[in-house]
Amino acid sequence: MAEVTQVERPVKLAANFPEIAIEGVTKKFREGATALENVSFGVEKGEFVSLLGPSGCGKSTLLKLVAGLSSVTEGTVTVNGMTPKNARELVSFIFQDATLLPWRTVERNVGLGLELERVARPTREETVRQMLKVVGLEKVAKRYPRQLSGGMKMRVSIARALVSRPRILLLDEPFAALDEMSRDRMNEELLRLYLEQQWTVMFVTHSVAEAVFLSTRIVILAPHPGRVAHVEEVRLPWPRTEETRMTEEFEHEVGRISRLLRGVKSGEAREVA
Amino acid sequence: MKRQLWLAANSLVVFLLLLVVWQVAVKALHVPAYMLPGPRAVARAVVERFGSLEQSFLLTAEEAVVGLLASIAVGVAVSLMFAQFSLLRRVLYPYTILLQTVPIVAIAPLILMWAGPGLISVAMVAFLICLPPMIANTTQGLVSVEENLVHLFLMHKATPMQVLLQLRLPHALPNLFVGIRISAGIAVIGAITGELFAGSSRVGEGGLGYSILYASGQLETDYLFALVAAAAVLGFVFFFAGMFLEWYFLHNWHEGSRLETQE
Repeated sequence: MAEVTQVERPVKLAANFPEIAIEGVTKKFREGATALENVSFGVEKGEFVSLLGPSGCGKSTLLKLVAGLSSVTEGTVTVNGMTPKNARELVSFIFQDATLLPWRTVERNVGLGLELERVARPTREETVRQMLKVVGLEKVAKRYPRQLSGGMKMRVSIARALVSRPRILLLDEPFAALDEMSRDRMNEELLRLYLEQQWTVMFVTHSVAEAVFLSTRIVILAPHPGRVAHVEEVRLPWPRTEETRMTEEFEHEVGRISRLLRGVKSGEAREVA
Repeated sequence: MKRQLWLAANSLVVFLLLLVVWQVAVKALHVPAYMLPGPRAVARAVVERFGSLEQSFLLTAEEAVVGLLASIAVGVAVSLMFAQFSLLRRVLYPYTILLQTVPIVAIAPLILMWAGPGLISVAMVAFLICLPPMIANTTQGLVSVEENLVHLFLMHKATPMQVLLQLRLPHALPNLFVGIRISAGIAVIGAITGELFAGSSRVGEGGLGYSILYASGQLETDYLFALVAAAAVLGFVFFFAGMFLEWYFLHNWHEGSRLETQE
């Protein structure tokens, strides 16, 4: 399932060990609609995989299955060899909106996970302090979410996800609500953290440019019912910076992926890759 | 701030004007005092009988407070149960609406019969009238939590208790305070209604409702007016106490509960 690749990888891989394995997954909703049909692919340790596809292709549903927030109708999802529910300790989920608790200050939002897991207060506060520094929010630690901009809220959300030291990060269109400038900046920051922390990442997005900039591989899903249409290596060197977006290679990759995506949208790609 | 003072001054002027018109009309048209006393007569009644007026005021306040606090405690407890057990909610929720539609004056005599006259039965009437808005609002807040927030808690292996007390309950606070504000207003009405039936164990002494009944029986119309005014003041006090609590607990994080005068 894991493809042989000549593409340079930013994070050294354990030999072909799929950290996330999705095999023959079908998801039907109670109302009878089929969200996903016979979806199979693997995500290796240290990979950054984006899920791309038109709305209705079930990409968010797939992410929820990996998080164990929803269960498969057929097939299996394993995370680090475990069921998704048992693997939750390794996983952090970042939602489309910041999903902050408005009654908690920034620092108490960031510490939420540790609090729920009953980590002792001194450890908790120290970890939170460090993490706020990492995302550059130490100055607003005592503020409430309503006093923050959209970008800052998202930063808090990311800090909260990182505090529990995940190995696997699942992101569901996390920057969709941000303006392009903040979005680009958040992407660069996410990549910096990814290289530093060596996570395995699954990232749902609508934006081809975002997917190309961030990913080692892109999975393109086709809709109605959701299925894998293409699995593409991103041919773009590491490390990627602000400058990467200006290069011809980047333009070219975005063009290539966009064409594949357009094919899926117009129904040309009926074959499962 | 200036603008609000100006508005307050205007309301005061209108109030004083009304008093003047009232006084002049009563004098000019020779209305008998037992039908409609003038404001000066009412003021005199307030001063002369301040002791008993104060006593009635405090008694009614006490009954309303007991009823209100009980409705908050029971209302929140029932709502938490409803939020945790959706089957329970679906089966029992219609009855809380039923409770709201049964006219309180119809059950008040029953309560008097069961609990006997005095503070307990009056507070019970206030409690019953306060309970439905408490349950309806609090439950609404508890169950309307965004799905992703619940997911977030589940990702951290939160127990159902943690989801209830650390997510649903704080999320429901704004609704809970709406419930308290509504109930605070009607608690006084409930207590006075209760007193009309279950007033007092001693003749001539009781809360505002009881005294209103007594004063009208004695044709002490000036004192009756004083009692009505006292009841209105009591209602105001409760309402603003509820508003203050809401502001005090929520103004840090909840948009709707911040006073507009902050800028």
